[in-house]
Amino acid sequence: MRTLIFRTVAPFLSSLMILFSVFVLLRGHNEPGGGFIGGLIAASALAIYGIAFGVSPVRRAIRFHPMALAGFGLLLAAIAGILSIFSHVPFLTGLWIYPKIFGVEVALSTPMMFDIGVYFVVFGSITSTALALEERERD
Amino acid sequence: METAMAFLTGLFFATSLYLMLSKHIIRVLLGVAVLGNAVNLTIFTTGRLTREIPPIIPDDAVVPIDAIANPLPQALVLTAIVISFSFFAFLLVLVFRSYQELGTDDTDEMREAEPVDEPAPPLGY
Amino acid sequence: MATSTAHSVNLADAMVMTPPPMVDYLVVAPLVIGFVFGALCLMTRKNTGRQPFIAITGLVLMLAADIGLFWHVLQNGTVVMTMGRWLPPFGITFAADMLGAVFALIGGIVGLAGGIYALDDVNQTGRRYGFYPFLLLMMSGITAAFLTGDIFNLYVWFEVLLIGSFGLLVLGSEREQLDGATKYAFLNLLATTLFLLAVAYLYGTVGTLNMADISRKAASVRDTGPLFTIAALFLFAFAMKAAAFPVNFWLPASYHTPRIVVSGLFAGLLTKVGVYALLRIFLTLFHVERDMLAGTIAVIAAVTMVTGAMGALAQNDIRRQLGYLVISGIGMMLAGLALGSRTGLSGGVFYAAHSMVVMTALYFLAGIMGERMNGFALNKAGGLYSRMPWLAAIALVLLLSVSGLPPFSGLWPKAYLVKASLDVGAWWLAFAILLTGLMTTIAVGRTFAFSFWRERTGGEAETASPQGAVSGAVVGSLVGLTLLTVAVGIYPEPVIRVTDRIAGELLAPAGYVDSVFPADMTPTQGEGGPQEGETQQ
Repeated sequence: MRTLIFRTVAPFLSSLMILFSVFVLLRGHNEPGGGFIGGLIAASALAIYGIAFGVSPVRRAIRFHPMALAGFGLLLAAIAGILSIFSHVPFLTGLWIYPKIFGVEVALSTPMMFDIGVYFVVFGSITSTALALEERERD
Repeated sequence: METAMAFLTGLFFATSLYLMLSKHIIRVLLGVAVLGNAVNLTIFTTGRLTREIPPIIPDDAVVPIDAIANPLPQALVLTAIVISFSFFAFLLVLVFRSYQELGTDDTDEMREAEPVDEPAPPLGY
Repeated sequence: MATSTAHSVNLADAMVMTPPPMVDYLVVAPLVIGFVFGALCLMTRKNTGRQPFIAITGLVLMLAADIGLFWHVLQNGTVVMTMGRWLPPFGITFAADMLGAVFALIGGIVGLAGGIYALDDVNQTGRRYGFYPFLLLMMSGITAAFLTGDIFNLYVWFEVLLIGSFGLLVLGSEREQLDGATKYAFLNLLATTLFLLAVAYLYGTVGTLNMADISRKAASVRDTGPLFTIAALFLFAFAMKAAAFPVNFWLPASYHTPRIVVSGLFAGLLTKVGVYALLRIFLTLFHVERDMLAGTIAVIAAVTMVTGAMGALAQNDIRRQLGYLVISGIGMMLAGLALGSRTGLSGGVFYAAHSMVVMTALYFLAGIMGERMNGFALNKAGGLYSRMPWLAAIALVLLLSVSGLPPFSGLWPKAYLVKASLDVGAWWLAFAILLTGLMTTIAVGRTFAFSFWRERTGGEAETASPQGAVSGAVVGSLVGLTLLTVAVGIYPEPVIRVTDRIAGELLAPAGYVDSVFPADMTPTQGEGGPQEGETQQ
């Protein structure tokens, strides 16, 4: 698998896929996409990188352990639910704010935060499974 | 349309049951995967099949005007797919690991936890 | 969902407009606490020194929330909260009645005891493999399963607790564990898939997933719909989860393989979720079908308890013996469900509560015994009394409690069950209960006699078993659970009052329906609706 062509292309392919996964994540509220599929795309990006360069460069590249990222996502999703306590609505209610950033109205919401949490959970857990399987093949 | 789907789900169930009756664990795993899909198809069919009319309510109404596609089974199926996908991933790793460790995928020979020659409990002091 | 849409819609038709009282958040608090602290544990995965501290804090807070919820339900009746501001049939409802609150409370106690026991039992490797995150994940799943009021959501929580339990079961990846985990994983996944299938048919028949709504609408489709078939499918699926007789072989194959603290938690919590689901489905949702299936359930219950006790008699390994005792206890709880009278249900629920505490404590006890005896085999056991008389006292209490002898907590529910059986003339069920008690007494009496009173037989050569003091965490959790069974055994009135109230609530499901759908709210018809929360897109 570690051909010259593949090793040259893999970094570009991986970075493009991660960029695309963020795009899919953010368009997910009103159009096809969302945290789950975004996380899967990002995880497959790292899997490709892992096939090309081995598992330890991937672990170095993402800095944190994939399961820690999954934990962060879980925390984010839980907090997205808790926030509704402060505005006195039932748990997990979607709350929206529309701040103006550089003159552009940006819609920020707790469903989006939940979705980002899902993204990290999927990304982290699938990456750790994939890396574990790839590691075992090399034994 | 529901009748055709019923036959299809029946086929799925028959396949998965046949596979799960095998004593080789990898076939059982495939059977479980097919079973998950059979159940998903069932959920989808029990939600009634309609043509692709998006469940969108116009601005000046509060309930949908015409018959619409039922969005709930899709949400249920999506959740079930996500869950069965993650379980499949887990079981795959588990089966692979136990095949490596136990050296067999035959459930009759997987007697590590319940050994064949376990002694009877003492009958007297 | 954005409120900035131009046209005016009367949101009160579909949404909750009045802010819920602060105290109602208690119904989701245990689950949120579990997830937040589980996530924190996962994030500090490498820091095995700090993890136990975070996890114990989480478990204590969870138990506190459970106690608060129990108290709130005790004072004010069923607490309901529907996620995402939707009115009940549309959003996912969490509804805590007495049954759910009591199971959640005891689950919280057992979970905390397990977390404390694990301080000593689970080593650095186990922690790095994620013992505590999996524990908290499983606890969240279990508590949420007790509290949810939506049947599809119940399926989701079953899967969450299953994933957590898988993680705990394979911790360490020894040969024996992999073998046990494979059987456990496949059969439990099959059971939950069958549960999902039953949910699919139920949705196709009734057109709703909210339990209170199903209970309300089931009457109207009872003549035409295949509700009896669906109920039987639920019975099969949950009986498999609860390890009832013909479908219980996964339990003795797997429960003795993981670390002892994991075995204890499984014995205390997992099968009881199945029992809870049976009670909820057959009393709140399908009480007519329960009457039709009562004979079948009674036979299953009798055979489960007797074969469980027989299995316990035949085992040489103490842990496997305990596995069969778990099954035998499930039979008792099913007997309560089969009887269906107020006394019977009260006894069944009481037995479930008793079993959760005592079975966990028994596994913890077995852990200490096995460590001192270099193994769990009865034919090599012996000599514990001279070394640890205090452990003998605890063991005697727990072993008498599990066989239902006075003055411990096992006596009262059995007395209730026997009385309820005789009330309806089911003398054979009463006989089965008493026979099970006798056989259990013989089995556990033998265990006690061999491991404590008999002199060590193995000769002087193998006296190399560890002699050091047992750690405080292990003793603390064991003594705590033991004191609970003693206290409940000596002073059972408050517990009986609570279980009696649970039985009353279960027999009158209209109360549950009314608290989810208050009378002043217009009943909303039509199936389906926007679902938020668990559905991920």
